[in-house]
Amino acid sequence: MKLELRNVTKRFGAVLANDHLNITIHSGTIHAIVGENGAGKSTAMRIAYGFYTADSGEILLNDEVREIRAPRDAIAFGIGMVHQHFMLVRPMTVTENIVLGAEPGSAVALDLRKAAATIRDLSEEFRLTVDPDATVETLSVGQQQRVELLKALYRRAELLILDEPTAVLTPQEVEEFFAILRRMRSQGKTVVIITHKLSEVLAISDRVTVMRDGRVVGNLNTRETNAAELARLMVGREVLLRVAKSPASPGRDVLTVRNLSVQRVQGVSFDVRAGEIVGIAGVEGNGQTELIEALAGLLPESQVMGTISFGGRDLRAVDARRRREIGIAHVPEDRHRRGLLLEFSLAENVILGVHYRPPAASGAGAILLDQKAIDRRADLVIREFDVRPPNPALPARALSGGNQQKLIIGREFELPPVLLLISQPTRGVDIGAIEFIHRKIIAMRDAGCAVLLVSAELEEVTALADRLLVLHNGRIAGEVDPSLTTAEEIGLLMTGGRH
Amino acid sequence: MKLRELLFPLMAVVSAFAVGAIVVLIIGDSPLQVYGLLLGSALSWPDGIGYTLFFATPLIFTGLAVAVALRGGLLNIGAEGQLYVAAFATAWVGITFAGLPSFLLVPLCCLAAVVAGAAWAAIPGVLKARFGSHEVINTIMLNFVAIALVGYLTQYDYRVAGDPIMETAAIGETAHIARLGRFIPGLPERIPLNVAFLLALVASWAVYVLLWKTKWGYEIRATGQNPAAAEYGGISTRRQIVMTMAISGALAGMVGINEVLGYRYRYYDGFSDNYGFTGIAVALLGRNHPAGVLLAALLFAVLQRGGVPVDAFTQLVSKDIVQILQALVILFVAAESMFRWRQKVTAGRGKGEAGTREQAPVAGQQASVGKI
Amino acid sequence: MRDIFTISLVFSTIRLATPLVWAAIGGLYSERAGVVNIALEGLMLAGAFTAAAVTFYAHSPWVGVTAASMAGALVALLLAVVCIRFKANEVVAGTGINILFLGLPGVLSGALFLSSGSTPQVPQAELLPTLAQLVPVAPQWRIFTNVSAISMLALVVVGCTWYVLYRTPFGLRLRSVGENPEAADAAGIRVQRMRYLGVVLSGVLAGIGGAYLSIGQSSLFTRNMTAGRGFIALAALIFGKWRPVQTMLACLLFGFADAVTIQMQGVVKMPSGEDVPVQFIQMIPYLVTIIVLAGFIGQSRAPGALGVPYDKEA
Repeated sequence: MKLELRNVTKRFGAVLANDHLNITIHSGTIHAIVGENGAGKSTAMRIAYGFYTADSGEILLNDEVREIRAPRDAIAFGIGMVHQHFMLVRPMTVTENIVLGAEPGSAVALDLRKAAATIRDLSEEFRLTVDPDATVETLSVGQQQRVELLKALYRRAELLILDEPTAVLTPQEVEEFFAILRRMRSQGKTVVIITHKLSEVLAISDRVTVMRDGRVVGNLNTRETNAAELARLMVGREVLLRVAKSPASPGRDVLTVRNLSVQRVQGVSFDVRAGEIVGIAGVEGNGQTELIEALAGLLPESQVMGTISFGGRDLRAVDARRRREIGIAHVPEDRHRRGLLLEFSLAENVILGVHYRPPAASGAGAILLDQKAIDRRADLVIREFDVRPPNPALPARALSGGNQQKLIIGREFELPPVLLLISQPTRGVDIGAIEFIHRKIIAMRDAGCAVLLVSAELEEVTALADRLLVLHNGRIAGEVDPSLTTAEEIGLLMTGGRH
Repeated sequence: MKLRELLFPLMAVVSAFAVGAIVVLIIGDSPLQVYGLLLGSALSWPDGIGYTLFFATPLIFTGLAVAVALRGGLLNIGAEGQLYVAAFATAWVGITFAGLPSFLLVPLCCLAAVVAGAAWAAIPGVLKARFGSHEVINTIMLNFVAIALVGYLTQYDYRVAGDPIMETAAIGETAHIARLGRFIPGLPERIPLNVAFLLALVASWAVYVLLWKTKWGYEIRATGQNPAAAEYGGISTRRQIVMTMAISGALAGMVGINEVLGYRYRYYDGFSDNYGFTGIAVALLGRNHPAGVLLAALLFAVLQRGGVPVDAFTQLVSKDIVQILQALVILFVAAESMFRWRQKVTAGRGKGEAGTREQAPVAGQQASVGKI
Repeated sequence: MRDIFTISLVFSTIRLATPLVWAAIGGLYSERAGVVNIALEGLMLAGAFTAAAVTFYAHSPWVGVTAASMAGALVALLLAVVCIRFKANEVVAGTGINILFLGLPGVLSGALFLSSGSTPQVPQAELLPTLAQLVPVAPQWRIFTNVSAISMLALVVVGCTWYVLYRTPFGLRLRSVGENPEAADAAGIRVQRMRYLGVVLSGVLAGIGGAYLSIGQSSLFTRNMTAGRGFIALAALIFGKWRPVQTMLACLLFGFADAVTIQMQGVVKMPSGEDVPVQFIQMIPYLVTIIVLAGFIGQSRAPGALGVPYDKEA
């Protein structure tokens, strides 16, 4: 199926998300759409799927103009979409999820057996193996993705839109996934991938469209371009794809973890020394979240087993507030959930975690908030970390993701910390800010801070870390020197293979 | 921007009155007559204004109570039960320690009110912190329990023998607090407006300072806004829940001071004219801000004062119409987004981020929904 | 003690549990669709008042019940509009509805009957019939059919709800909307429409539950006659893990507690030999609710998107 977006425009209030887009996706190809976060690529495809309606412009399918006002219409025309965050109902079974909205049987009686049979046929045809009776909750991320693909295929999709499909896969799973895409292409399906991973674009796509600030800035044959050119088109200027880093000179032990077990984490041991960055790589969901939260003091003590020592001192029974006092800073992986109070001003967010002691609170008994001191601190953070717009009275909600992240990083880096726990520092952040944040992290290391960095972006964690630990199923699968190890070897560890 | 924010409560009130007028029309009375009586009687001096300010006093307390709770992410529907328990405790202290001099007995009674209210509110607070059970159901249940408990104590233990009215014995003379008529020329002392009204004004100011100028207030508001982020910031959300409920209950309990020490000088069963529930409307209309609470309490006091002549002088409409207006105000305030013409957009939203949702922006309100 | 546990206790339990079952199952439709329904109390009051008033004029309880279900539907529609269309905080809006029905019946009965809140009494013959009055039955079995028709209907409703929820496409879609409305939307389901349906259904059922209170269990409407039953029904729903059969059992448990306390009056004595004061007995159902909630809420798994308004353009 050929898909064409002609002069499509979409506004969200004051923001122009799509500005007169012209994109042509030819039948039977794998087409990639790349751009930074906020470039508008997801919006464009959501319009094609009917999730949003364009303010102006047309959608053409096989050269005929079509009205797509809701996902129902798109599905009827043969368009399927797999979202970045899976749209699955967790307590329901695979079959129930797949047939939802297109249920077999009559209005008064579901026929789930017929559904299961159809699903089994589809599974075989595209080699997407999954148990139809399992509840989605129990499936691995890779399996859930297969359910999502089956959902589209069950509805006889001819064109599949995949939004950041490899974000949660290991390198091996990515290869398997590419094989599935090639099989689909050979069956005559058209595939559109929305991604920011340039290496994958070059590996799998036939054509690539580059978007920036809501506009199309390039339509290229993949064979005729390279990563540097794509990056330049995405950002509009030359981009440093890897930040320069001098070798580390680590000092004394700051963090010592022995046999730590909590929830999914099992028997993890490692050290972090002053002046070094220890990276933790691994597909999300292998224990990274729990590990960092346990170190930050956010998990109930009763669940944490093993020892955590900070500068020789046992952290057991030291609560989150006290840990920050002694110099452990934490940049959380979910900035909206953990890191910010969105309705509060930037200034109020800057003092989160230190609000109860001087300089934020002053006077006898440190009860009253010292507004002048708070404003001074906010100005400092905003200036040093390039937070825009630089107005401390704005609610945090008003900032873009990248600026919100810079605010949080500024808040934590200015403590100043002895140990820095950072998780997914550049998720949802645009390229310009990524550079800035990476440089700041390295600067902290060079100033003598001990840094523990968790990231699901393999490129990021291999670029920044001096030593790299790979986490799989809650255990450390191996430790490597990132400058000497290939992505394939790391990927092997991420899936549980031995180094 | 600030002025526009004030517009919404105003529009909610106007809309509520408009719908109320329709109800009156359907019943067969004249809305003009009803509203005229409702609003007009509050303006006379000394009775109108005096009684209005007197009715406003408990509403300020319960309004503050609900507002503080909402700022902390909690919906305290139990102010009714809390004020009953507190009023009884006040009377009990006033009766039991009747011999003490004024400068000891009055503070002691006030303390009893505040502590009793705080304790009764802390119960659902603890239940939520410890077991996760939602405060809405628990506070409502405790309202019924409180009313039954206090009724029992009045009937069996503290009534004067032979008194057919359900009330306790009188408190000691030294526990009385002065009526404002003593200080204001032209205001007779038969009007029950008393020092507790000044206490209500002081409490409003104190709540403002607490919420925005102290670290405790910061912690309350942070917990109400985003408990996960508050935890991350080292705030114990469990402790916050109990503390916030206790402060809320303490404020509600102050109603007892107005009622027992300043008006009837005893505990009178059933004295509350739905102060606890009206407090919810007051807090919401006042957008959970002490200044707004003062204004909203005044409005509802005007309505309450006007309810009496409406009952007496209209053919068909009873003073229930006041409750209907309150409910309509709550609904219109809750549905605030109907008054917003333009969508509020943030810089990050159009960029396809999994950003925040547009919600009715009264602080802390959404946090209290939970799983019930 | 033996005096308490008689066959009449069983019937008492059924009688007292019936309005709870109607309200709780109503709440189930709303909450499974993702909309918190705190207004069960107000919906029941709306139904109770409408049933009593309409039956007084129409002289037929069935007309009254139908009117009650329509009244419940209308009020629920109001709640739905406020919560779904205008994205109000569902608990606050529900509380508003409850307060509305503390006062509105009073105003209406004042206008219609010139009373201060109650409706005039409906004669015995025009109340909701028991099964015995509907189905002629041999004398020795009559004791078992001394149960209201509405109670038996409640059982049917529970069974139907179970089937609808788990065996029909509608139920599948309803559940998906309550668990993950984005997924449902992506699958082409009209999320808002399903939520409206769920809330309106809850009004219909809760309204019938209220009707039973005024013209089934009693013979008139009095101010605030539900006395918290709507909240107890909500607690039963939570206790029953939002599942039809378990919720019904929870309602029976609460009905049982209520029935026992009524029997206890006058029978159980305090250590001193006096009667237990009526106020303590009145407290028991509320205390039981608190205890049940505290003990079981942690193990209850609510629908995933319960309480979160769905706004896809956000």
